[in-house]
Amino acid sequence: MSALLQVRGLSRHYGQRIGCEDVSFDLHPGELLCVVGESGSGKSTLLSTVAAQLAPSAGTVRYRQRDGEWLELGTLSEADRRRLAREEWGFVTQNPRDGLRLNVSAGANVAERLMALGMRNYSQLRGIARSWLERVEIDAARIDDAPTSFSGGMQQRLQIARTLVTQPRLVFMDEPTAGLDVSVQARILDLLRGLVNELGLAAVMVTHDLAVARLLAARTIVMQGGRVVETGLTDQILDDPQHPYTQLLVSSVLTT
Amino acid sequence: MYVAVKGGEQAIARSLELLAEARRGDTAVPELELAQIREQLRLGVARVMQEGSLYDEELAALAIRQAAGDMLEAIFLLRAYRTTLPRFGYTEPLDTTTMRVHRRVSGTFKDVPGGQVLGPTYDYTQRLLEFDATQPVAIQPADAPLPGCMPRVLDLLDAEALIERIDAGDDPEPMDLTREPLIFPADRATRLQNLARGDEGFLLGMAYSTQRGYAESHPFAGEIRMGEVDVCVCPEELGFTIEIGAIKLTECQMINQFHGGNGVPPQFTRGYGLSMGEGERKAMSMALVDRALRCDELGEPNYAPAQNQEFVLSHSDSVEASGFVQHLKLPHYVDFQAELSLLRTLSAQHATAQVDVQPADAEPARMAEEVQP
Amino acid sequence: MTPSYNFAFLDEDTKRMLRRALLKAVAIPGYQVPFGSREMPLPYGWGTGGIQVTAALLGRDDILKVIDQGADDTTNAVNIRRFFARVAGVETTEHTVDASLIQTRHRIPETPLREDQILVFQVPEPEPLRTLEPREAETRTLHALADYGLMHVKLYEDIAQYGHIATSYDYPVLVDDRFLTSPSPIPKFDNPKLDRSPALMLFGAGREKRLYAIPPYTKVESLAFDDHPFEIQRWEHRCELCGSAESYLDEVIVDDRGSRMFVCSDTDFCGDRRAEAQA
Repeated sequence: MSALLQVRGLSRHYGQRIGCEDVSFDLHPGELLCVVGESGSGKSTLLSTVAAQLAPSAGTVRYRQRDGEWLELGTLSEADRRRLAREEWGFVTQNPRDGLRLNVSAGANVAERLMALGMRNYSQLRGIARSWLERVEIDAARIDDAPTSFSGGMQQRLQIARTLVTQPRLVFMDEPTAGLDVSVQARILDLLRGLVNELGLAAVMVTHDLAVARLLAARTIVMQGGRVVETGLTDQILDDPQHPYTQLLVSSVLTT
Repeated sequence: MYVAVKGGEQAIARSLELLAEARRGDTAVPELELAQIREQLRLGVARVMQEGSLYDEELAALAIRQAAGDMLEAIFLLRAYRTTLPRFGYTEPLDTTTMRVHRRVSGTFKDVPGGQVLGPTYDYTQRLLEFDATQPVAIQPADAPLPGCMPRVLDLLDAEALIERIDAGDDPEPMDLTREPLIFPADRATRLQNLARGDEGFLLGMAYSTQRGYAESHPFAGEIRMGEVDVCVCPEELGFTIEIGAIKLTECQMINQFHGGNGVPPQFTRGYGLSMGEGERKAMSMALVDRALRCDELGEPNYAPAQNQEFVLSHSDSVEASGFVQHLKLPHYVDFQAELSLLRTLSAQHATAQVDVQPADAEPARMAEEVQP
Repeated sequence: MTPSYNFAFLDEDTKRMLRRALLKAVAIPGYQVPFGSREMPLPYGWGTGGIQVTAALLGRDDILKVIDQGADDTTNAVNIRRFFARVAGVETTEHTVDASLIQTRHRIPETPLREDQILVFQVPEPEPLRTLEPREAETRTLHALADYGLMHVKLYEDIAQYGHIATSYDYPVLVDDRFLTSPSPIPKFDNPKLDRSPALMLFGAGREKRLYAIPPYTKVESLAFDDHPFEIQRWEHRCELCGSAESYLDEVIVDDRGSRMFVCSDTDFCGDRRAEAQA
């Protein structure tokens, strides 16, 4: 099957400092790829650069659109970038408050992307919003409540519903569980695993947590100092890490 | 009854008569002469010229008299008059290093070449009301005349490469904000134009906020100078520069700490303010706000109101602000009626939701439910 | 007429600049054209945009009508009419049918307009997205991309919270299926009159320095949901002076016990109907 996303030799520098350096990978439809590493390893920079939120210093990112056309993201106009973000992609931020519209109700948050795509039937919007709230285990009776009245875990689940409601072809997730309690994390990971399988999502997820990669990703990229030090099947990497840094990461998980 | 609630031509005419009477006050008191305003209220005249964007002491004095001393109204009068004036051309850039200085102070060095020149300032008055009529004062001549041309204090730092260099060659021809609309993001030349016309009170408050922590500020008054500068134009048909007169200006250059960022090494940076006539408070405020607005260029965190150019530049103009705040006095009864009917509908719904037993009393003049056109 | 000012106050260069901006506005219906708004001798917020548009259009043969809240004798209307009588010396009228140029604040006349008439609106805030997105650079991008999901979020939220779209005036419209546009603070009652109007409609925002236009016979759609269609105000009352059941009514408090009467906001329309009834 043809790839959905092709990243080749991607670098992003901040002045003299390296954000990420010479990263290459492919992402296929229905595949969830995890990028793991400590904070400062360049994984969030990589994610933002791949998602065309940051301009690359070198290298290319190509994305195959719904119509089969390949787009070179580095040369994308602002208009095309926003259209992709609206119609084909989703982005889940670490802090749900950055990804939600806090001054309108939960229902409006879920319905926004549908309305941006032109849906103009209020009852239908309500129906879809309700079903998505339930899907992310939020009581549908809270559809008209403000997200500010939700707990952190609920806000993150709401952000997931808001992002996935349009069934995007490609989702970027930046540490979606990092800010949450362990028990809340587990519930969200469970939920994400279910949705990923159900919807056949293609996603790039950044995490510092190898357990998250184990649970969700078939393939994993390990980053250190802005570079990829190891890449392969998640199980292989976790069970038989080759690079000393990966070995250290794996052993620290196992010992804690 | 119905006619009475509407305004009308006659009412306006009567109001204008009352205004004229109130403006003149007791006719037993002689009317102010423009020369008196120009000579004895010179700082007010300077402010009206500056924010009215027109250097004409006589017209500014006229505006102040007509506005009964309301400075914002006087500024507005001058601006409206300015609209009707034909534009002959643009002057050459003024060179303030050639200023014939009346006052020049710096807070950054104890003494500077050319000296600290206090000039006429309120800074050292004791702010005691002087109940007696002021007597003419004999001026003691200085021991030596001031040098004809004083070096700028900031140029001394420039020689040591401690302060950012502004290369005149990099300075593009500014757009004319009185002819072109303000578009964001605005470059520095455009921002300075806007601030120059901005309300002194607004800029003062914004500048003050940068000193109290709402922006990385750390300013020093590098130099404040006031005096006359020649104005030159280069008419196309002549092809060479001619001097057409001199105007009095106040210039302020602030020096601000800067730790480096966005590819710029650590060095002192500048904030700039310029005002017509004697307008020291305005020029200093402008310089502080100018510096705060350079945050993006210098890679500084942009979080404070004074750093937000859309916020500052969109709200600085007293003519715009005063007009829009005061337009609320105009009749709005059509929109108010629309809001009334909406509110009645909503409150009826609310009442039904609260008390589903008994409907509320028939409200006065309820609007029937809305229908499709 | 005051001789020391140019005809209609503005100099001819400024009028040309305005006309160029207006032509652009007509060419791109609903698009906000930035223009070099001048300082007028009336305060910002008091119709400076409309006055500049009127000044740019006015010819010596024009017959000018000025209304505010639908009435010819409200203070703002009187003042603007006096201004043009003074600086242009043109004929003025209170009759909609006689006017070639009508400057208005907050209403569209009840009498249907014709192809040979131009309606000039005074606009305080030309940006319909402003209350949802304060940054000008961002709203311009949203217009460029026709990215109007935000406006529908607001309408959705209104229905969710109040059961209605809680906008009663300055109700947003989509012009020519392209630009989201403010109709100026007219009551939504007047919105249907914008759709495919035979008369040219020009909008001037002086303080915000923007002009825009709805050319004749252009589609103007008031935003709504399929199952919550756009609705206008209707009264149980008729006008107590002329008996009209179709016009926008003002509510007038007539005594200190709060008694009310309802009368047409369009004073010319009401007057004509009364004159007809007498005849």
